[in-house]
Amino acid sequence: MHISPVLWEFLVKWLTNSALFPAEASTIAPWADALYFFLLLITIVGLTLVGTLVFGFAIRYRKERNPVATQIEGSTLLEATWTIIPLALFLICFVWGALLYFRIYNPPPNAMNIYVVGKQWMWKAEHPGGQHEINTLHVPVGQPIQLTMISQDVFHSFSIPDFRIKREVIPGRYSTVWFEATTPGTYHIFCTQYCGTKHSGMIGEVTVLTPEDYKKWTEGSTSGMSLAQNGERLFASMGCNACHSGNSAARGPSLAGVYGSKLTLTNGSQVLVNEAYLRDAILNPSQHITAGYAPIMPTYQGQISEEGLIDLVEYLKSLKTNYRVQQTLTTSESNNQSAPATPEVVKP
Amino acid sequence: MSATSSTIVSLPDQKTATLPKKNYINAEDGLMSWLTTGDHKRIAMLYLISITFFFLIGGIFAGLIRLELLTPQPDLVASDTYNKLFSMHGIVMVFLFLVPSVPATVGNFLIPIMIGAKDLAFPKINLLSWYLYLAGAGFILAAMILGGVDTGWTFTTPFSTHFSNTHVVTAGLGVFIAGFSSIFTGLNFIVTIHRMRAPGMTWFRMPLFVWSNYAASILMVLGTPVLAITLVLVVLERTIHIGVFDPTLGGDPLLFQHLFWFYSHPAVYIMILPGMGVISEVMSTFSRKRVFGYTAVAFSSVAIALFGFFVWAHHMFIMGVSNYSALVFSLLTMLVAVPSAIKVFNWAFTMQKGSITFETPMLYALAFIGLFTIGGLTGVFLGSLGMDIHLTETYFIVAHFHYVMVGGMLMAFLGGVHFWWPKMVGRMYPESLSKLSAVITFVGFNLTFMPQFILGYLGMPRRYHSYPAEYQVMNVLSTAGATVLGIGFLLPLIYLAWSLKYGAIAGNNPWQATGLEWQIQSPPLTENFVETPIVTQEAYDYEWLAHKTEQEVTTVG
Repeated sequence: MHISPVLWEFLVKWLTNSALFPAEASTIAPWADALYFFLLLITIVGLTLVGTLVFGFAIRYRKERNPVATQIEGSTLLEATWTIIPLALFLICFVWGALLYFRIYNPPPNAMNIYVVGKQWMWKAEHPGGQHEINTLHVPVGQPIQLTMISQDVFHSFSIPDFRIKREVIPGRYSTVWFEATTPGTYHIFCTQYCGTKHSGMIGEVTVLTPEDYKKWTEGSTSGMSLAQNGERLFASMGCNACHSGNSAARGPSLAGVYGSKLTLTNGSQVLVNEAYLRDAILNPSQHITAGYAPIMPTYQGQISEEGLIDLVEYLKSLKTNYRVQQTLTTSESNNQSAPATPEVVKP
Repeated sequence: MSATSSTIVSLPDQKTATLPKKNYINAEDGLMSWLTTGDHKRIAMLYLISITFFFLIGGIFAGLIRLELLTPQPDLVASDTYNKLFSMHGIVMVFLFLVPSVPATVGNFLIPIMIGAKDLAFPKINLLSWYLYLAGAGFILAAMILGGVDTGWTFTTPFSTHFSNTHVVTAGLGVFIAGFSSIFTGLNFIVTIHRMRAPGMTWFRMPLFVWSNYAASILMVLGTPVLAITLVLVVLERTIHIGVFDPTLGGDPLLFQHLFWFYSHPAVYIMILPGMGVISEVMSTFSRKRVFGYTAVAFSSVAIALFGFFVWAHHMFIMGVSNYSALVFSLLTMLVAVPSAIKVFNWAFTMQKGSITFETPMLYALAFIGLFTIGGLTGVFLGSLGMDIHLTETYFIVAHFHYVMVGGMLMAFLGGVHFWWPKMVGRMYPESLSKLSAVITFVGFNLTFMPQFILGYLGMPRRYHSYPAEYQVMNVLSTAGATVLGIGFLLPLIYLAWSLKYGAIAGNNPWQATGLEWQIQSPPLTENFVETPIVTQEAYDYEWLAHKTEQEVTTVG
C-alpha cells in the first residue's frame, strides 16, 4: 500500500502535535498524578479480574464443553471477600483523595494573593500592585499563588489542567485556590462550568515567568496605582470616611486594623473579619451591624462593581491607622464640597 | 436437539406453528383500543414506541455534536446552536429515554407477569402516566421547535433564571410533567409488588428483575418530587424573581445544585437499577443456573437505592462546600460503589459451572458487565476528593457517565428487548444479524468513549464548542466511534421491525427460561394467565423447569 508523502507528512505532524498526557507544571501535579496512577492500577486490576472470570467461565463452561449445569446457591465466604476487598480499596482511595483535596485547597501562609473576576465570557485578573489583565495571568515560578475569585454573573469554573487545579467561581461569594508553578511556560486556562454562548471562548493562558522576568513584567504593566490605593480613592469618593472616620463620635465603627480581628455583632454573634465578611458588610450592611452601632448604613448592592469591591477590600486590609482617613475628610470638608457628593459606580 | 449444540433456543416446528389465536395484540382492534387501553402490555408497547422515537431524536443531536467536534474550530454550527444541541441531547436522553427506558417498557410488560398478576395495581394510572409522559414530551418538543433551550440538562441557576433567553420555562415544565409519569409508574410498581403477588410468590422467590425495579421505584417516588419542586422554583425565579437562588435577592446559588442533585444523583440509579435486573435474568438464563448469591444481589439493589440518596453533594466538591461535608459525601460515595462491585462478581460467578450459550441477549449482558465495570471504577476516581478536582467538568466525567448510562443501561435495555422480544411479539429476531449488531455496538461504544477519558485527563472541558488543536486526534477517534455506534443502534431498529412480520414463531419458551412469563403463551393473553399460578419453586429453578417439561411431554404424549 502506498501513502502519498503529503498525507504521510500531515499524519506525522498531526500525531506528534497531539497530546496524550498533560504537563506536570505545578507542585500539586505529581501528587495528583500519583493518585491517578493508583486509581488506574485498581481499574486495570479490577477489569482484568472481571474479564478473566467472565472469559474463563465462558470458555470453560460453554455448553459444548459442559452440557449440564451444576446448580450452586452462592457462597458467604466469596460474598464477604468481594465486599471487604473492594471496600478496603475504596477506603484507601477515599483517604488518599481527601489528603490530596486538603493539599490542593489549603494555601500555604506565604501565598501571594491575586484576585480573579469571572464574567461572561472573560477572566479578569487583578494583581495587588494594580496590574490588570484579561484572559492572561502572569505569575512567578516557585512562588505559591493564591487566587481569590468571584463571578459577576453566572457560575464559572477556573481550571488550569497542567497544574491539576480547578475551582468553581461563584456569583456573590469568594472562592479560593492556590498553586505553585514549577516550570516557566504558558498553560491553558479553561472555564469548565457551562456559562452560556461563548463558554468555550472563556479561555486564557497562564504565563509562568522566572522571578527576573516576572519583576520586569510587573514593572512594565503597572497602572501606577495599587489595588489598595484605588480602594482608598473609592473609599473617599463614596463618602465612606464620613462615618467610618475613626473619631470617637463617628456613626460607624473604625475600620483601622479591623481585618483579621473578631467582631461582635448586634445579634451577639462573633465573626472573623475576612475578605468575604468585608464584601458582605458593604453590600448587605443590615445583616452585619457591629455591636454598639445603629443600623443606618445603606446597602451598596448594585452600586459598586466586583473590581471596586476588591479595591475596597484590599484597602481595608491594608488600613492600619485612621490618620489618612481623617486627613482626607478634613481636606474635602475644607475644600467645601469639591469632592463628588453622590456615590457613583466606579470602574477602575 | 443434541446435547453438544451451542444454543438453547428451542422453537416450535415452523411448518405447523402459528401465533396464538387470542392474544393481547389482537384482543381489540383499532387505534382507539390502544389509546384507551388499561392493559400493562399494551401500555408497555406504547412506551416502547415513544421512547424509541425520542432515542432517535436524542441520537441525532449526539451525532451533530460529534460532527461539530471533528475539528477544533467552531465551524459546523453557531455556538448557541451547539449549546442547544447538547442541552437537548441531555434533556431528551435522560428524561425521555433513560428514566422510562427499562421500567416503563420491559418492566411494565413483565412485572405483573413475573409475580403472577393479571395487571398492575392501577391500570388507569398506568395509562395516565403514559399520557403524562407524552404531555411532558410535547412540552419539550415544543421548546425544541420554538428554538430550543441552552441551559444544559442541569438547568443550572443563575444561568437558567437570569441569563438564558431560550425556552427554559417550556422545557422545565416538560420535565416537571414527565416527572409525574415516573412517580406514577414507581407507585404502581410498589403497590403491585406488595399486594398482587400470586400465592406462593414470596419476596425471596421473586425474580431479581422485580427486586431491582422495586428499588428503582422507591427512588422514583421519593426523589422525583424534589426535582419537581426545584423546577417550579426555577420557573418562579425566572418569571417573578422570588429570589430563592439569586444572591442579590438574598438567595443561595448553591441551593439549586443541592436540590437538583438530590434528585439527579438517585436518578442515575433509577436508570441503572432496572438494567441490572435485566442482566440478572439474562445471565441466569444463558448460564442455565440460579443467579449466584440471590439474596446478596437482591439486597445490593436495595442498598444502592438507600445509599443513593446520600451522595448528591459529590457533584459539588469544587464548589466550596464545607470540608466536613466533602469528607462525608466522598466516604458515602465510596460505600455506594461496594454493592455494585458485589453485583458484578455475583454475575460473573453465575457463569461458574453453568452451561453457557451466547445468544444476543447474553452478548449484550457480557458487554454490560465489562462496560459497567469500567464505568463504576472510573466513578471511584471522581468520588476520590482530590482527584475529582482535576477531573470534574471535563470529558472524563462525560466518558464516565456514558460508560454507565450507555455502556451499562443502554446495553441492558437492548439485551432486555432482545431477550423478551419473542414474548412481546411472539416472533424471534434474526439471530446472526443481531449478534453482529451487538458486536458493532460494543466496538463503536469503546471507540467513542475511551478517547474521552484521555481527553478528560488532558483537561478538555465538557460542553465546549471549540477546543485547542492538540486535542483533535482523540476527538476524531471519538467521532469515528460514534459513527460505528450509530450503525449498531440503527440495525436493531430495522431487523426488529422486520421480525414483526417475518421472524420465526417463538413458541412459549424459546430460551427454556424459568420465569413465570415464559410459562404462558407468546404473545400473552390480555389477562396473562388462564388461571392464577400457584408458585412452589424458587426463582431460577432449572430442575423444576426440567421436571415440568418432562411431565408435559408425558401428559401430552
